[in-house]
Amino acid sequence: MTTIAKTPAATRTPARRSRGRWFAQVGWRHVVGVLAVAFSLFPILFVISAAFNPLGTLSSTELLPTGASLENFTNLFDRTAFGHWFLNSLLLAGVASFASIFLSSLAAYAFSRMRFAGRRVGLLALLLIQMFPQFLAIVAIFLIFTTLTDLYPSIGFNTPWGLFLLYMGGALGANTWLMKGFFDTLPKELDESATMDGASHVQVFFRIMLPLVAPILAVTGLLAFIGSINEFIIANVFLTEPEAKTLAVGMYGLVAGERNNNFGMFAAGTLLTAIPTVLVFQLLQRYIVSGLTSGAVKG
Amino acid sequence: MSAPLSGPGSAPQAPGREPVRRGLPRTSRTARQDAPITATGLVVKVVLLGLVAGIAIWAAFPLIEAEHWIGLGILVATTAGLFYLYLSRRHIPAKYLVPGTLFLIAFQVFPVLYTASTAFTNFGDGHRGSKDDAIVAVQTSSVKQVPGSTEYNLTIATKGDPATGALVFLLSDPKTKDVFAGDAEGLRKLDAADVELSSLSGKITAADGYTLLNIGQASSRSDAVTALIVPTDEGAIRSNGLTRAYEGKAVRAYDAGCDCVKDSETGKTWTADEGSGSFVAADGERLAQGWKVDVGLKNFGAVLTDPNISGPFFGTLAWNFAFAIGSTGLTFLLGMAIALALHSPRMRGTNFYRVLLILPYAMPSFAMLLIWRDMFNTDFGLLNNLFGLNVDWFGGSWSARIAVLLVQLWLGYPYMFLVATGALQAIPRELTEATSVDGASPWQSFRAVTLPLLLVALSPLLIASFAFNFNNVNAILFTTEGGPFAPDNPRNGATDLLITYTYRLAFGAQGAEFGLAATVSIFIFAIVATVSAISFRRTRKQEEVYS
Repeated sequence: MTTIAKTPAATRTPARRSRGRWFAQVGWRHVVGVLAVAFSLFPILFVISAAFNPLGTLSSTELLPTGASLENFTNLFDRTAFGHWFLNSLLLAGVASFASIFLSSLAAYAFSRMRFAGRRVGLLALLLIQMFPQFLAIVAIFLIFTTLTDLYPSIGFNTPWGLFLLYMGGALGANTWLMKGFFDTLPKELDESATMDGASHVQVFFRIMLPLVAPILAVTGLLAFIGSINEFIIANVFLTEPEAKTLAVGMYGLVAGERNNNFGMFAAGTLLTAIPTVLVFQLLQRYIVSGLTSGAVKG
Repeated sequence: MSAPLSGPGSAPQAPGREPVRRGLPRTSRTARQDAPITATGLVVKVVLLGLVAGIAIWAAFPLIEAEHWIGLGILVATTAGLFYLYLSRRHIPAKYLVPGTLFLIAFQVFPVLYTASTAFTNFGDGHRGSKDDAIVAVQTSSVKQVPGSTEYNLTIATKGDPATGALVFLLSDPKTKDVFAGDAEGLRKLDAADVELSSLSGKITAADGYTLLNIGQASSRSDAVTALIVPTDEGAIRSNGLTRAYEGKAVRAYDAGCDCVKDSETGKTWTADEGSGSFVAADGERLAQGWKVDVGLKNFGAVLTDPNISGPFFGTLAWNFAFAIGSTGLTFLLGMAIALALHSPRMRGTNFYRVLLILPYAMPSFAMLLIWRDMFNTDFGLLNNLFGLNVDWFGGSWSARIAVLLVQLWLGYPYMFLVATGALQAIPRELTEATSVDGASPWQSFRAVTLPLLLVALSPLLIASFAFNFNNVNAILFTTEGGPFAPDNPRNGATDLLITYTYRLAFGAQGAEFGLAATVSIFIFAIVATVSAISFRRTRKQEEVYS
């Protein structure tokens, strides 16, 4: 990355001075960015080189790719139900993240803009409930869903919908707090003036608040999406049939037994798993722009 | 709405107070509230409530069929409550809070309470069901083959995944040609039309609705095959190898008169002990099959006084705090620093950086944890190769701890970067512009304006992150697995968190002890909740929660 090339290639002192000022104001930021990107990327580079490594074992993999073969990818699709896992994960993470953002933004709006009995208790209770190691409740969850599966097979074990319901249980977690903090930073004059103009609370929420909190919706949406993609422990209990598994459960099965030999396939699966998340991030990127709220209120 | 009405001439309204109430008579308020009922709003309301009714009716039928009257009662009450709430004009906050809260109660609060209630029992392996279940288990496990009992041809099958699904015995009687399916629940006769028999061996070679295991798959699960006992009227059916099964008679039987189990061969008796939920012989021998009983505070006493459990508790607790604070603090500092560096209106290409920076977060974390574990490998790990080191990372206590924290930093800082970026964008530019006009240095303006505002938005998140990392099972289980272990203490390693330590105690080699695990998780919860409560008190000044 050479940003110097952008400045005119003159060596006169004013130019150099302005270049020095440019570095003090902007240039150092690029240095930080490049260093951070390097720190982020080197393990990923290792995964890429493992995925394209024709030998497909851990011990033969270097940081930089040594060969280019798609063998690991073809093996992944031929020998496992990777395609099913992929679709299951996409469906589950997509629906669950959308629904959980909606639920938590509703709650955050109430917590931020209204005063009611039990508000403070409710906020603290939300935090407390989140702190119980949910994974130790897995025995209870398993027993509850055994009953549910008997009653409603369509939302029981080995279906994405049972997991979806369970993930919704955690929807009001930290996201509500994050959104409430964001709602709190929006000027109250906005909804007050809208109410004065005769808008109902529903209209205030959907037409005024939601567009303004789009950045935080994008951020929490991304968090929820990644959270569902990565969730392993509960999904591992829920999904036992090969074609019902999500990526996390299925891929863990790849390396649970023969780790070294499947390493290439595992790395290939890791790369493919990352694609939807990166795409979601790209989609939401245009909402994560600054200045949405500043300027909404003049005065 | 229970907003206290402010007295006349009260200073500025508390933020968020519904402004409409301000001095307006109620009638005009409702009148104005009636006005904006739009056709769209009405249609949406009708459709959604119709959907609720539809789901309720769909859910009611299986409940009626199974005669789950309590469940049905809850369903009817919930549906009625929803209709009342959304058709009435009042309880506006509840309208926003109820949807999420319903899920929260059903799938989070209830399992947690249920788990907590098991802390007062001996629930676990050997103490899973009722006393009757235990008696059946005692009798079926003592089955021995007697001369003249039926021999079956056995095929091992499952309804799920061949590697993990619950096993089923498909049996064919060589004399009568009857076919059965048997599992731990009992024996069911199958319709001869649904199965194919091999003309050579008489074994079942295909059955509708079952996946048959081949010999390789079956032998890899031979322990489970041996353990599966199908109870029958006269005794039980057990496997004999992978292709034969026999029906045998139980040697031990329960006698209600003495409330004990008698062995008809040795004559030994085991008397039921309701206190511990097991059958105990005069010489102190306990049968493995017990039942679930309430043990009161025994588990809590064990955690505090049993040297095996409480001994390493405090060392682990200290590291657990260091890990949670380290993971949260380091990721926050790095994430915030980078967010600040990239948060500049003159900066070009921030999106490019963001997309690349976020990649560690986009990668599936459990997979990356396993890959990091291999990068720390002493002999051919990437880190030792790259830097020409020869460090046995997971061999030493401190290097293992540093390694774990480094992995956490890599996995977690993009998240902090994201939320810090989000919060920074919510801070009006005018504020920082104003400080620079007033001649403040960037550092002063950061300390006086940006950081406090950031912390207001992010402190709940930092606390949540602390709580998450305090119980971050994956971070340890997928990397060091709690090790390295001191040679004299194989129970608890240098990087064990309380939760992984508990996991090993409860689900480890000695078999599942859910009661004990639930007890320790209550301790963990109490610790995290206390810490969080204290932090909240300290951030209370900045929080508007309490207004």
